[in-house]
This record gives sequence, structure tokens and C-alpha cells, in this order.
Amino acid sequence: MTGKLELVHILEGHKGRVWGVAWHPKGGTFASCGEDKTIRIWSQNVNNQPTTKTILSDGHKRTIRHISWSPCGKYLASGSFDATTAIWSAVSNEFECNVTLEGHDNEVKSVSWNKGGNLLATCSRDKSVWIWEVTGDEEFDCAAVMNSHSQDVKKVCWHPTEDLLASASYDNTIKIFRENTLDSDWECINTLTSHDSTVWSIDFDSTGQRLVSCSDDKTMKIWQVYPPGNEEGIVTPDNIPAWKCVCTVSGEHTRAVYDVSWDKTTGLIATACGDDAIRVFKEDPENSSKNEPTFNLIAKVDGAHSQDVNTVSWNPKQPGQLLSCSDDGTIKIWKIVE
Amino acid sequence: MLSFFKKKSPEVEVPMNDQHNQSIDIGEDALLRELGYKDTLDLRETIFDCLRRIRDPEKPCTLEDLNVVYEEGIFVLPPTKSNVYCVRVEFNPTVPHCSLATLIGLCIRVQIERSLPHNVKLEIYIKKGAHSTEDEINKQINDKERIAAAMENPNLRELVENCIKEEE
Repeated sequence: MTGKLELVHILEGHKGRVWGVAWHPKGGTFASCGEDKTIRIWSQNVNNQPTTKTILSDGHKRTIRHISWSPCGKYLASGSFDATTAIWSAVSNEFECNVTLEGHDNEVKSVSWNKGGNLLATCSRDKSVWIWEVTGDEEFDCAAVMNSHSQDVKKVCWHPTEDLLASASYDNTIKIFRENTLDSDWECINTLTSHDSTVWSIDFDSTGQRLVSCSDDKTMKIWQVYPPGNEEGIVTPDNIPAWKCVCTVSGEHTRAVYDVSWDKTTGLIATACGDDAIRVFKEDPENSSKNEPTFNLIAKVDGAHSQDVNTVSWNPKQPGQLLSCSDDGTIKIWKIVE
Repeated sequence: MLSFFKKKSPEVEVPMNDQHNQSIDIGEDALLRELGYKDTLDLRETIFDCLRRIRDPEKPCTLEDLNVVYEEGIFVLPPTKSNVYCVRVEFNPTVPHCSLATLIGLCIRVQIERSLPHNVKLEIYIKKGAHSTEDEINKQINDKERIAAAMENPNLRELVENCIKEEE
């Protein structure tokens, strides 16, 4: 292995399992959420030591599973096992919850804002994916309810440049949704099959031409999009771009892989695994092509946490800085040294 | 029952001169001793001791009485590289269409997690061929997110608590 993942900070505060961590789009600040039904907002002080600035504790009645910042950084969305999504707005340094989105029948598992910040996607154990449109100052309308998955939807993730939504599910598939320009209905345009068990998480690369996924089947997969008229001759029925699995990393993870994060600046991929380890993968430039990339493990920390690692997230502004959280109740900040 | 409580008392020998490199390859035997067990059989017995007392959700019997859990169904697998033991527990529902198999699986997990004083990675499975929808149930009772959500559901939680509470 050519790199090393160095531990920079260990942060405690949550009671019980920490499910999610999310960097503010400007880096520096981040939010965390978990079993204790609270959200913590962390900022770095003058000594670069992150400390809890605010604890948001009155938004949800059950576990908070996932959080996501709007691209402008003014709003934070949180999805909870209580079936609701809360929208928190940052007014000066205070956070207020003025909107609660209801509609899912049970646990909300993931929330994600699109690039423009005008659309919010949510997904649930009720098998549906919802798209909410921001129609005004703190006003949301339901724009679509998609029932394409046959089981729980674990994660939603927007494309980095287009209004294209990807979702990962307990039904072992990944689906891609977009708005039909003719009737402005949202529809599922691709179903990506290759995983043998629950797909826990997905993330796009910086261009949106590739998607990475991770699964209960202990593998990580890279998917490449082929637009209509592609030079490889991949068939694109109805002029809909086709997604193909171009790389499967197996034999590295020893238990379910719960999260994956693709660093938009360095191109490195980090994974959070049920074997308590964090792994970092890098595309091998000498043995890779667009249609057949090779990803090598360049760093691995066994016992990165003392229990399952639930989320990993690369800092959008500080390349190589990684955030992780775990069932062990801690949050850690790491730095990759190549 | 008593043997189980004995394990909790710290008759643990921690190698004093080993403190500077604790995480480096301490070996399986040393790891077991550090956790308070003589060997893997001892860990298996401890787990069985806590499972045998779980009550069946419907019948006035324990899971041991009904042969739903049995000592040979507990497999101690090698620990992870971060020294956490993995344990696979197989159980045998009384009838192949048992509607309570999911609940029993949940009870087994919660009981082990609460009884052991250390972390363990659990895999809970229905005995092969013992249930008409075993793959479906196996997937469900090993999905950590679903388990966590189920335990926050007041009705389900009460059902689990009733099955695993200590006999008076």
C-alpha cells in the first residue's frame, strides 16, 4: 500500500451510535446525527480542534439516520426513523427547524439536495423515493413519488451537474431517475443490477460519468455511463444513456460495506465497512482505461473504529481530509498521506 | 445460569508488559482470555446460556425447550483484524411457515448484545431448509438499519422485551 490514513481527531459527544456525518459545502464546519435523536454542528476553533457549536435536539422523535447540507450551506435536511424530514435553516449562527416534510409511511433513510438547491430527494423503508421542490422561502411541494424499487430504499444521491437522481436499495439494485421533459413527470430510466445483496450507498465522481456503489455483498462496484451514440457501441434504447458495471472490487472487505465517498478533487474512494475498517482506493493509471478501470487499495486502517463504520465523507474543500462515524459513538477526522 | 454470571467477574489476566503494542497480533487465545473466556467453547457456552432462557413469543416454553436454539447452532468464527469476535447463530423455527421467525431472530440478537460485556459481530440465520422464506428472513434479521428501527418501534420492542425478560 502506497498511502497512509492518519488519525487527526477523535470527537465524542453523541450518546450511542452515530449514523451520519456531512461536511458543510465550504468545508470547516460539519454536522453529525445518530441514535440519540440529535444533530450536532461542529466547527474548528483557532487551534483547528473541532468542537460542538450547537446541538439540535427538538426536531425528531426517533433516530436521525442521515443529514445533508444544501449547496448554499444555509439549509440542513435531516431524515429520521420517525418518518419525517426536517429542514433546518441557519439564521446567523442559530439553527431553526421551520419545515417538517411528512409523507413517507415509515423510516426516512436518506436525504439529498440537487446541485441547484431547488430539489430535495428523500427515500424510505416504504420503498418510495420522493422529490420535493423548493417553491419559496422555506416552502416545499412534493414534485414526484417514485415507486420503482421493490424494497427499502437505502440511499439517494444527486448527479454533480445534472438533475439526475440515483437511488440504492435493499432490492439489490440502483436506479436512475430524471424528469421527462415532455410531460415533466419524473421516471426511472435505468436499473443497475450486479450486486448480490443490499446496496447500502452510492456516490458520483466529479464529472458524473461514473458512479461507485457498495453493498452487503462485500463488494464495491464502479459504473460508467454511455450516452447515445457512444463510440463503444453500447446500445442505448430510446436514446437513454446506459450505465455499465466496469469494475468490481471484491476480496478486500470482510463484512458489509455501509458507505462510500468519492473525493471530487483527488479522485480517491473511501469505504466504511462493518469489519470496523476504513479503506481508500485509487485508480491505477497504468492499468486502467475508461471501459476497464482498475482500483487499488492504497490505505487501510483496521480497527479505524471499535465497531461498524457507518459513514465516510471527504472534505469538499480540503482534499484528502476524511470524516468517519461509527456505532462506537465517535466521529473521527483522518488525513490521507500518499 | 450461574456460570454465565461468573464470566462477568474479572478473572482476566491482562499481560502487563504488553501495553505498548496491544493492538498488534495478540493471538486468538490471548484475546479470548482477555475477554474472560477459557477457549472458544467457553464463549459458545456463555452465549447459549443467555439464549436458552428466551421465552417463545407464543408458547409458555423457552427456546431451549422447543429446540429452537441449541448449543451446536452457535459457531464462533475468527475475530476481525480489530479483535472483535464474530459469532454465527443458527436457529430452528418450530414450523416451516412460522410467522414469528423474524421476532425470534430479533430476540436472539438483542439478548446476546445485552448479555455479553464486550462487542461481538453477530450473524443470525435460520437452519437451512427450516423455513419457507428463510432467505428473506435471514436478510431482514441481519440488516442493522432495520434492526435499529424495529427496536424503536414501541410495539415490537415490547414483544422483544417480554420474550427476553428474566423469569421472576
